[in-house]
Amino acid sequence: MNNDVINAAVAVIGVPAVLVGYILLTERLIQALPERRQGRLRPWFWIAPALLFLIVFLIYPTLNTLVLSFMDAQSRNFVGLDNYAWFIQDRGTLEALRNSVLWVVFMTGGVVGLGLLIAVLVDRIRYEPVAKSVIFLPLAISFVAAGVIWSFMYQYQDPSRPQVGTLNALIGLVGLGPIRWTQEQPINNFALIFIGIWMWTGFAMVILSAGLKGISTEVLEAARVDGANEWQVFRRIILPLLLPTMFVVSTTIIITALKSFDIIFTVTNGGFGTNVIALEMWKQMFTPPGNFGRASAVAIVLLLAIIPFMAINIRRFREQEAIR
Amino acid sequence: MTVVTKPLETTRATAVEKGGRGWSRIVLHAVVIGLMLLWLVPTLGLFVNSFRPAADVARSGWWNALFPPWDFTLDNYSRVIAANNLGDSFINSLLITIPATVIPVMVAAFAAYAFAWMNFPFRNAIFVAIVGLLVIPLQSTLIPVLRLLAGAGIAGEFLAVWLAHTGYGLPFAVYLLRNYMGGLPREVFESAAIDGASPTTAFFRLALPMSVPVLASLTIFQFLFVWNDLLVSLIYIGPTNPDNLPMTVRVASLVSSLGGETHFLTAAAFLTMILPLVVFLFLQRYFVRGITGGAVKG
Repeated sequence: MNNDVINAAVAVIGVPAVLVGYILLTERLIQALPERRQGRLRPWFWIAPALLFLIVFLIYPTLNTLVLSFMDAQSRNFVGLDNYAWFIQDRGTLEALRNSVLWVVFMTGGVVGLGLLIAVLVDRIRYEPVAKSVIFLPLAISFVAAGVIWSFMYQYQDPSRPQVGTLNALIGLVGLGPIRWTQEQPINNFALIFIGIWMWTGFAMVILSAGLKGISTEVLEAARVDGANEWQVFRRIILPLLLPTMFVVSTTIIITALKSFDIIFTVTNGGFGTNVIALEMWKQMFTPPGNFGRASAVAIVLLLAIIPFMAINIRRFREQEAIR
Repeated sequence: MTVVTKPLETTRATAVEKGGRGWSRIVLHAVVIGLMLLWLVPTLGLFVNSFRPAADVARSGWWNALFPPWDFTLDNYSRVIAANNLGDSFINSLLITIPATVIPVMVAAFAAYAFAWMNFPFRNAIFVAIVGLLVIPLQSTLIPVLRLLAGAGIAGEFLAVWLAHTGYGLPFAVYLLRNYMGGLPREVFESAAIDGASPTTAFFRLALPMSVPVLASLTIFQFLFVWNDLLVSLIYIGPTNPDNLPMTVRVASLVSSLGGETHFLTAAAFLTMILPLVVFLFLQRYFVRGITGGAVKG
């Protein structure tokens, strides 16, 4: 234990010190060169540590996973497209794929829709900062904690006993339920997705709210003076102006939804028809005996699903740079 | 920034209030307060339950504890800390998170400065590639990285997750810092260069001090990201060295192993949330700026 503390302290102080030392040392070496070559060489020394980390932990592994996805369980022999053939034929993976699509559609719709609604509503009230903090709060906690929080919300008791889960007690007040929220299909998938919505709405709200504040008050007032009602102001002015921002937020949420793993891992562990691609990959990898070929193929499918959004991200970034 | 927005917000609210009719105001408040409750109640319920005796948690809903006779206890906390090594894993979380936050911020700062203020071939191409890496799913790197770390003999060690989190955190870190540093006034760096300041001096004396707000945002982000992470620790530490596991992994495994004893879970979950919540409540401004800085200009 003590040893660990010392190691961590060494890392916190030592690594930055080594980095600074590295930059100062290379600067000494560069200074010895002729002026023209200094400027050419220096940037490469500065970005080298970052590039090294990116290559080792992101670029090389991703390419390697691609290769592994064409190999067998122990990564010994090439098996061609077998793992992908398994993926599109296996009922389990297809179910996971379907659930991932549900996550993408409903989590993105829920997060962006609610985020927009809340951003527009709180713009009109005095306790806006408090309301925003409350909605934003879940973003700071872990998916695991959120899973625990919501497993208490969704808790189910036999109808003969009093319901201790908040939701079942609530619907019990009007004579409904109780419902097995995390087990009954298809409700359980939506129950899990709502946890994701609960966590990420604050993210969409903060960005959309910042965009909303950027719309000039004069434009809105002018529309109101001209007799537009609040719905028309929203529909004709606010919505079109916020559309690009909503698009950006959506791509982020889509990627988050595709990668979602922790909530499902904590609450149902993929049981009762709630499996998703990201969790399926983990299962292939670690359910003995472990199949690295299939796990890699699942990871590559996930990556392929994300690539279009990555392309959008890059194009948007390029456009942003052009007006900079 | 805050000085400008504050009065603006109030004028907005009053302007609408004058125009709005009574009923629509009531509906507006009802909807907002309803949503706030929906967002607060789940956490509040867990918080209340974490201070209730085990028998009560199993027998009645958390809302019953709000009415007398009150019967609160710290038992769940003391039991979960003592019996499930949660105290140790809290320390582990800290030991993992602090270096895994400091290292990437530092590495990214140098790279971001080079991308913002130095000229070199392929500068934009490389930077765009890094922006593209932002969306690579962790999952597509797990197997090769695990093999690398195991091959180097550090799987299960803190060092493994420090390095991995640095790699995973860098795309966002470089992106955020480069955007901010690129927006710093050009004249400052030009006049420093004319005065004979070397790039290292310009970086340490000018760029870093001027970037403190964005460094704060990034630090908070990386801190929360690492503290709340489950997958990286689960895979790079989990199988080899369970003694080094952070809280998230422990709590996730408690969910499945405890079964009926859910009252411990309430305390355990709350313990994992304390630090992020404190960070969030006190540094919310920087957190928000980090999010909007990436998506909205200004």
